[in-house]
Amino acid sequence: MGRARTIARRTFLIGSAAVAGGVVFGYWRYKTDYPNPLLDSLKPGEAALTPYVRIDQQGITVITPRAEMGQGVHTTLAAMVAEELDVELDAINVEHGPASKAYFNGVLLEEGIPFASIDYSQTAERVRAFTHFPAKLLALQMTGGSTSTPDGFVKMRKAGAAAREVLIEAAAKQLGANRNTLKTRSGYVESEDGRSVAYTELATLAADIEPPSDPELRPRSKWRLLGKSQPRVDVPAKSTGTATYSIDVRLPDMLFATIKMNPVLGAGMNAYDPSDAENMPGVRKIVPLEGGVAVVATNTWYAVRAANAIRFDWDSGTYPATTEGHFDVVKRAFADKPDSKFRDDGDVDEALIESVEVDGEYKVPYLAHATMEPVNAVAYLRDGKLDIWAGNQAPIQAAKDGAKIAGVDQDDVTVHTTYMGGAFGRRAEMDFIKSAVHVATAMEGTPVLTTWTREEDTTHDNYRPLAIARFRANVSQTPTLDLQVSAPSVAESQFGRLGMPVAGPDITIAQAAWDQPYAIPNYRVRSYRAPVMLPVSSWRAVGASQNGFFHESAIDEMAYAADKDPLEYRLALLKDNVSRGVLEKVAELSNWGGELPDGHARGVAFVMSFGVPVAEVIEVQKTGSGIRLVSAYAAVDVGVALDPRNIEGQVESGIIYGLTAAMQNEITVRDGRIEQQNFNRYDSLRIASAPDIAVAVLENGPKIRGIGEPGLPPAAPALANAVFAATGQRIRELPLNKHIRFV
Amino acid sequence: MAFRLTINGTVHELDVADDMPLLWVLRDELGITGPKYGCGIASCGACTVLVDGAPIRSCVFPASRITGEITTIEGLGTPEDPHPAQAAWIAEQVAQCGYCQSGQIMSAVALLDGNPDPSDDEIDQAMNGNLCRCGTYPRIRAAIKAAATTEQQDG
Ligand code: FES
Ligand code: FES
Repeated sequence: MGRARTIARRTFLIGSAAVAGGVVFGYWRYKTDYPNPLLDSLKPGEAALTPYVRIDQQGITVITPRAEMGQGVHTTLAAMVAEELDVELDAINVEHGPASKAYFNGVLLEEGIPFASIDYSQTAERVRAFTHFPAKLLALQMTGGSTSTPDGFVKMRKAGAAAREVLIEAAAKQLGANRNTLKTRSGYVESEDGRSVAYTELATLAADIEPPSDPELRPRSKWRLLGKSQPRVDVPAKSTGTATYSIDVRLPDMLFATIKMNPVLGAGMNAYDPSDAENMPGVRKIVPLEGGVAVVATNTWYAVRAANAIRFDWDSGTYPATTEGHFDVVKRAFADKPDSKFRDDGDVDEALIESVEVDGEYKVPYLAHATMEPVNAVAYLRDGKLDIWAGNQAPIQAAKDGAKIAGVDQDDVTVHTTYMGGAFGRRAEMDFIKSAVHVATAMEGTPVLTTWTREEDTTHDNYRPLAIARFRANVSQTPTLDLQVSAPSVAESQFGRLGMPVAGPDITIAQAAWDQPYAIPNYRVRSYRAPVMLPVSSWRAVGASQNGFFHESAIDEMAYAADKDPLEYRLALLKDNVSRGVLEKVAELSNWGGELPDGHARGVAFVMSFGVPVAEVIEVQKTGSGIRLVSAYAAVDVGVALDPRNIEGQVESGIIYGLTAAMQNEITVRDGRIEQQNFNRYDSLRIASAPDIAVAVLENGPKIRGIGEPGLPPAAPALANAVFAATGQRIRELPLNKHIRFV
Repeated sequence: MAFRLTINGTVHELDVADDMPLLWVLRDELGITGPKYGCGIASCGACTVLVDGAPIRSCVFPASRITGEITTIEGLGTPEDPHPAQAAWIAEQVAQCGYCQSGQIMSAVALLDGNPDPSDDEIDQAMNGNLCRCGTYPRIRAAIKAAATTEQQDG
């Protein structure tokens, strides 16, 4: 596998290679004119194969670089191959590919450039294509940004189609038949005279046949699997306790560790006294780390108990000691030069010179990812080789960091990506993997599972940044909106941890604020970059998670100021037809404008993020004891809906994750420490308060899009707007429960 | 301290600290990893197992004090031969990341065993201690109702 050879350069050229007992199909990658360290081992013009499909005696395996974190991607990617290859979905195994330099996620950085998603002009396409280059450069074999489906859509199907052609050719040889008379069905090639041969038996023969470099794909009208809901391949294991998450990996003679870090993030440890802990039952070793310790024991619980018995002298931190201090820093950044001004239509200053009819300041707090499975990893160092088992969104980076810590060659590191008990961006970070490798290095020869307790996980996250927005608007004459957003930079913080600088503005600060498809004549969006204080990171939907709230609250305030129905007002300002389509659909789905029971009220929001326009309506009920969520309606447009039921599930998930944060979650700082430690103070929406949800999936958009994130951003503003409709109270701060009670 | 536990019909001899919670006996001593660690403070339900049919949060319950029969998700059914609740979970495609689902299913089994046709309120009440960060609640409700219907038809 991964053999190199010289071929004329072309994009998306399919190839195959012989492997033990069979054949793999994949894509050639080229050494190109601009520097790309991933392909350094190749000579100019040479290519390396990225395998996608393997056929051998064991069966048919889809090799995917994309991690399954609950978004159903393994099923969708397998269905793409199965569709063209003529096999049943349940006949396909899915294997998460090893950390490989040959896997690129070219779509990931598309959102990071200043062209609105609906701008399909040539320039936008060109710049968007150019961002594939830094994605490769950064060696991001990354799962995130709702990119897996669009990235695999052509590649996976072509790999399946090429494999099918080759198998027919192989069968023609074996059966002595004319290939034009052969058909494929359910994993077999069949001849006119009733003979048939299984793909798996043709695997070796197929390895010698050159695949077509650009096989034709089936038209949608011929699809058997795609476009229809499929049972997810991971669901039976996840319903029977047999799915293996990294926390479930068990190896012979394995030990269990936990860590205890300075509660002030990033600050050091002056001294520690392990004397009580050392002699506690089960304890094997106490390993000093930078800014804390790890305790290794025969059982996680023994490790945790001992860690709590260690006395520490912690160093103090450099960031403000209180939440107010953090907000002050963010506020002060408004006085700086804008980091970006991607939207500047009409003349906002002129329009607002005489009067400002509506204005307001909004803010949102830091948030933790709080994945259901606390972060953890197994690491095992022996004989100069390092194995890492981790649910992770960026395996190449994991291998790189692991190699450095363990002092081994990167080629001697194997990263096993397991199922993830949630990720939401958290598992793109390397901190928990690094701590496991530090422990494994101190425990050479013994595999160790290092689990962060829920408390460590919550207090040492890389958080969704806090942010402040200001808006000023006029509605009675020419619609005018001036929006400013200030936040610490996720790109700066995240890339900083990878040792890389960020060139240009941080697009995430303005994401889903500057690029909304509203045709407001005077329309300006500026972003401001506040210094990084707590480490911040991608959190489901990234900048759109806060900017959806800011922007759509502002639009709602404008609608009410103009004395218009908030949904009609949005429709009047939206000129993009695909976007109008989701608003019209959600109106229909929710029977917007229809009679509501007493005490019920609704809010609407529209946010386009990751190229997906989403409109949501939330209905609440005002009760004597507080606000109750009644129902949520969503309409999304993904261009091509490969698996409608899975898409609906992702939207439901995004809504509940978004509502949870909007209603009740915040990470606050006091004495430099995070105040929330566990679910008792960082709780989630529970089943009793979860609304009924109806989702409509539309396919009018021009491109296929991923849906892991776009369902989230409209949830908070739709709820806040509903609360306003119910109570007349315009809440400009999240979480909403600082101002109202929910029941 | 040495003691015995009966788990999914098998008797296990143990010698661990007498205050070690059942969860850590299951996961780290016996390698029974279906019950999950989520919070350690009885706030999330990921660690739910049954003792004589009643749901407990195994992360806070000392193993040495348990005398009843313990059932974990592994004791219910397998992918090939799922328990009716598991079958409903699969049919409704509930799981996303799946990490909370062992606990969800154990709580649902306990509910359905005592109440074959639970109302919405009864479902909410029985399941409110089980958190799902992926927000699969709508489908959990649907799966419990589906399982209730099958059980009634079978019974
Ligand atoms: S781990 Fe036991 S309730 Fe959360
Ligand atoms: S399915 Fe992920 S936490 Fe419930």
